[in-house]
Amino acid sequence: MIRDQGSLDALLATVRRFVRERLVPHEAAVAESGEVSEALVAGMRDLGLFGLTIPEAYGGLGATTEEEVLFAMEMGWTSPAFRARFGTNIGIGSQGLVNGGTEEQKQRYLPRLARGELIGSFALTEPEAGSDAGSLTTRARRDGNGWVLNGRKRFITNSPYAGLFTVFARTDPDQAGARGVSAFLVERDTPGISVGAPDRKMGQMGAHTADVVFDDAHVPGDALLGREGEGFKIAMRVLDRGRLHIAAASVGNADRLIAESLTYALERKQFGQPIAEFQLIQAMLADSRTEALAARCMVLETARRRDRGEDVGADAASCKLFATEMVGRVADRAVQIHGGNGYMAAFPVERFYRDVRLYRLYEGTSQIQQLVIARAMIKGAQA
Amino acid sequence: MKVLVACKRVIDYNVKVRVKADQSGVDLQNVKMSMNPFDEIAVEQAIRLKEAGTATEIVAVSLGAEACQETLRTALAMGADRAIHVHHDGGLEPLAVAKLLKAVIGAEQPSLVLLGKQAIDDDCNQTGQMLAGLLGWPQGTFVSRLKVEGAKVAAGREVDGGIENVELKLPAVMTVDLRLNEPRYASLPNIMKARKKPIDKKTPAELGVDPAPRLRTVKVAEPPKRQAGVKVDSVATLVTKLKEEAGVI
Repeated sequence: MIRDQGSLDALLATVRRFVRERLVPHEAAVAESGEVSEALVAGMRDLGLFGLTIPEAYGGLGATTEEEVLFAMEMGWTSPAFRARFGTNIGIGSQGLVNGGTEEQKQRYLPRLARGELIGSFALTEPEAGSDAGSLTTRARRDGNGWVLNGRKRFITNSPYAGLFTVFARTDPDQAGARGVSAFLVERDTPGISVGAPDRKMGQMGAHTADVVFDDAHVPGDALLGREGEGFKIAMRVLDRGRLHIAAASVGNADRLIAESLTYALERKQFGQPIAEFQLIQAMLADSRTEALAARCMVLETARRRDRGEDVGADAASCKLFATEMVGRVADRAVQIHGGNGYMAAFPVERFYRDVRLYRLYEGTSQIQQLVIARAMIKGAQA
Repeated sequence: MKVLVACKRVIDYNVKVRVKADQSGVDLQNVKMSMNPFDEIAVEQAIRLKEAGTATEIVAVSLGAEACQETLRTALAMGADRAIHVHHDGGLEPLAVAKLLKAVIGAEQPSLVLLGKQAIDDDCNQTGQMLAGLLGWPQGTFVSRLKVEGAKVAAGREVDGGIENVELKLPAVMTVDLRLNEPRYASLPNIMKARKKPIDKKTPAELGVDPAPRLRTVKVAEPPKRQAGVKVDSVATLVTKLKEEAGVI
């Protein structure tokens, strides 16, 4: 935990400077090549970004939720591809272990995850199990003391670099739905695991997803994370925390898009004056600013309440729903303000427009967030 | 070998500086402050000397208001071992800073003192030179190459015609230039660890120095706005204009 304001300010100022001086100048090259260079990854590793949320006892910074979202907003100033590289280590690729791992499991993996020597990946989604995550068909069959995994996972972020997968597989084939699912910590060099070619995507070039295939992959008994049949619960808890992080990243991206729009509107002249002087442009700028501020307030307030121990499950879903839809509208206006130039790859808003589209899809689509929110409302009313 | 590094807290280099309405100075209200970039290069060099096994201890010193401690925390997070804050509210001129540093150096006895060649706020470029003069130590200014060899330090100085190579006997004062190195970012874990490193507090009175200003600022004003240029349609017109209007050829 960071706790005091002086330290937090210093940490945020360092991340801000690193993002603006070291990452932003490489955005276009990363988008072009589809790779975040090893030098940039090393820079992020040296800065300590891979350990932001991992507890201090295991070599991380142990950031609170409020601190984590502030970091995510700073990172949002640049392409999501950079954040994605360490995003799984501080989010879905480590939090299952942090929440439900044994001491021995934590000691084995968390320090290396915090240092960025090991990349963690979260393997839940399957070709036929997306929003309906409980319907997954990857099987884990008992074999002596251990387990044998068979199945295919899809869109697995960072899988090409991952050394550790948190894999969700059905251990009880007689239990349909979420109850027969267990979680496993599976090392990449386990025989029988293969990672497919990186997926070709709309945006976020430089962030890689791929299929992960398990073909009679034997794992030891102590690879089980939590108890048998608890896998779905572990997955949902991990995704709960991630919602605020993605909402915060959306706020950061919105801030950048607004700054790009404002700069452009002040420089671009039409009819003899900067387009920022036109009220129809001003309306778009003001709407974007207002919506980004609303999302920022929602995210910070919900993060603080989570740190106080309150149950914010449904509100975190509201934050993800609003912030990711908000940044979609902000990106759309940013392109509109840029006019024809906004459609051209020479301007960052064209890239961000494609990048931010993903936020509304992954770690629970907007529609799944709506269901989470409404179901919590109904459950609350019936209680 | 002990290395002492002086770090000044200045307006961040990204900030667009504004002159106060009464022209008494520059507006510092709610302005982001950070370590003088040239001093950051000095801190980085000290850390590299320590990593190379040449330096054994790095002491960072800052003079000024309470907030200078944040600047020192940055130096500590980068890799300085401990820090000294000479607390003084109000302006400090290069001569006062040099005298205060001399007093600190008298107690610390470092073999090498590193400073930025100048601070980006007032651009005085005087403190290092005055300090060397007061100490009676050799000085190397505008240093872009530095190597400690036994009891001597070899340095390359950036001068108009190129690099001047000098050799100085230790102890010495050096002011560093832009091309000496590229400072590292303090890592997030090291920023946290730096909160626990010691900062000694001293006052000018304890050091026996009167820091009262010797100079009076008459007026601070913005430079005049640049006039718009003109386009010419031929080289002949350009030459004529350079001759007749600009009078430069």
